[in-house]
Amino acid sequence: MLSARIIPCLDVSDGRVVKGVKFVSLRDAGDPVETAQTYESQGADELVFLDITASHEEREIMLDVVERTASHCFMPLTVGGGLRSIENIRQMLNAGADKVSLNSAAIADPTLVERAASRFGNQCIVVAIDAKRVPGTESWEVYTHGGRRATGRDAIAWARDVAAKGAGEILLTSMDCDGTQDGYDVELTRRVSDAVEVPVIASGGAGALSHFADALARGKASAVLAASLFHFGTLTVSQVKEYLHEQGIPVRI
Amino acid sequence: MVNKGPDLAVLDYGMGNLRSVARAWEHVGARVRLVTQPGEIGAADALIFPGQGAVMDAMALLVDTGFDRVIREWIEADRPFFGICLGLQALFEHSEEGDTKALGIFPGTVRRFRLPFGFKIPHMGWNSVQWEQRTRVDHGLDSERDQFYFVHSFCVQSDDAGLVWGSTEYGGTVFASAINRGNCFATQFHPEKSQAMGLRIYRNFLGII
Repeated sequence: MLSARIIPCLDVSDGRVVKGVKFVSLRDAGDPVETAQTYESQGADELVFLDITASHEEREIMLDVVERTASHCFMPLTVGGGLRSIENIRQMLNAGADKVSLNSAAIADPTLVERAASRFGNQCIVVAIDAKRVPGTESWEVYTHGGRRATGRDAIAWARDVAAKGAGEILLTSMDCDGTQDGYDVELTRRVSDAVEVPVIASGGAGALSHFADALARGKASAVLAASLFHFGTLTVSQVKEYLHEQGIPVRI
Repeated sequence: MVNKGPDLAVLDYGMGNLRSVARAWEHVGARVRLVTQPGEIGAADALIFPGQGAVMDAMALLVDTGFDRVIREWIEADRPFFGICLGLQALFEHSEEGDTKALGIFPGTVRRFRLPFGFKIPHMGWNSVQWEQRTRVDHGLDSERDQFYFVHSFCVQSDDAGLVWGSTEYGGTVFASAINRGNCFATQFHPEKSQAMGLRIYRNFLGII
């Protein structure tokens, strides 16, 4: 049986791991390669690196981080943040990333998803969607630029759209829940998952063991992502997996 | 330091990044050479066929480079061979992906998953493998316990029980997640992405060379 995936996310800036709470106020906490190896030994199923302040120089640093990580960790690695062109994507995949995640660039130029998927294969292309509930409604709007810019696009329609263009997976972050540790946006996750054939990774809001089970079972996510919770040792990946196993959710132990 | 491990020729036919495949084989003690044309294979101990991208593009490049004939002859001569992902699928006769004629070394068709609602495509993530016939390459692996990393939308269902080395179930479909005949081995999953258990398969394979 296919296992639900538990994915730690490392926010990386200038070659160092940081975690933004609601995308601001960063705390420095570690070397990416060492952190990746720690997560591998805890049984993480994949890793995501988000290059959160990707400028041109920082992308060079990121390529080096990815190269060193891929040489030491034999597990899937997704890299996102600041990738804008086929050439950016090619460099990142060549450095050892298995998948790249596109966010603002996909909104700015939706043909990028199509071109990247046909060039590198759908399985390499993740589209990251940062969504925020439109107050008082059952709809969610897509935001870009680390949550600073509203796009006017509906999150579910956008998910359907990028899946049709060849995205192999959707990394769905609830901006309302991110940083709160009050749980994933289960409703948003389920709506998006029902709308697309490709797997959905739930992100934003993990704070307790039951949150992971909610996103997977009720939210129909294929994978759950968390950053600070793992990063500051509140929970380990193995604790989450043991809990999910007890709940009858298939995981790799 | 002189690395005395087996000499592996990894087919680099222009479909992209082979770094993780190469690093994983090196990690278990092999010498790795990326070969871009048949003339470079030389006296390699084993041929590694890492599949990437879409099968129609891969097949076109294999034919252009002449690697298609090399692979057929290599397997025909029962020399050590390891195919990964598309490197398993391409060994069969035909793929539904782009209605593509493949290498035709083994009988069978590669089909897209047809799954009930709620089962995602690609089949992406960790799944177990039921080892149907034990070989030296799966030595130490447990069908119940060990899982491997998959990412694919197409799969092989083979009636040839002697060919199916391991099988995996997803959404009610049972497919060949590993095949073996003689010294030819291929996996639908990615051993190089499957942490310790994946590396064990590569290490075991070096043991048969």
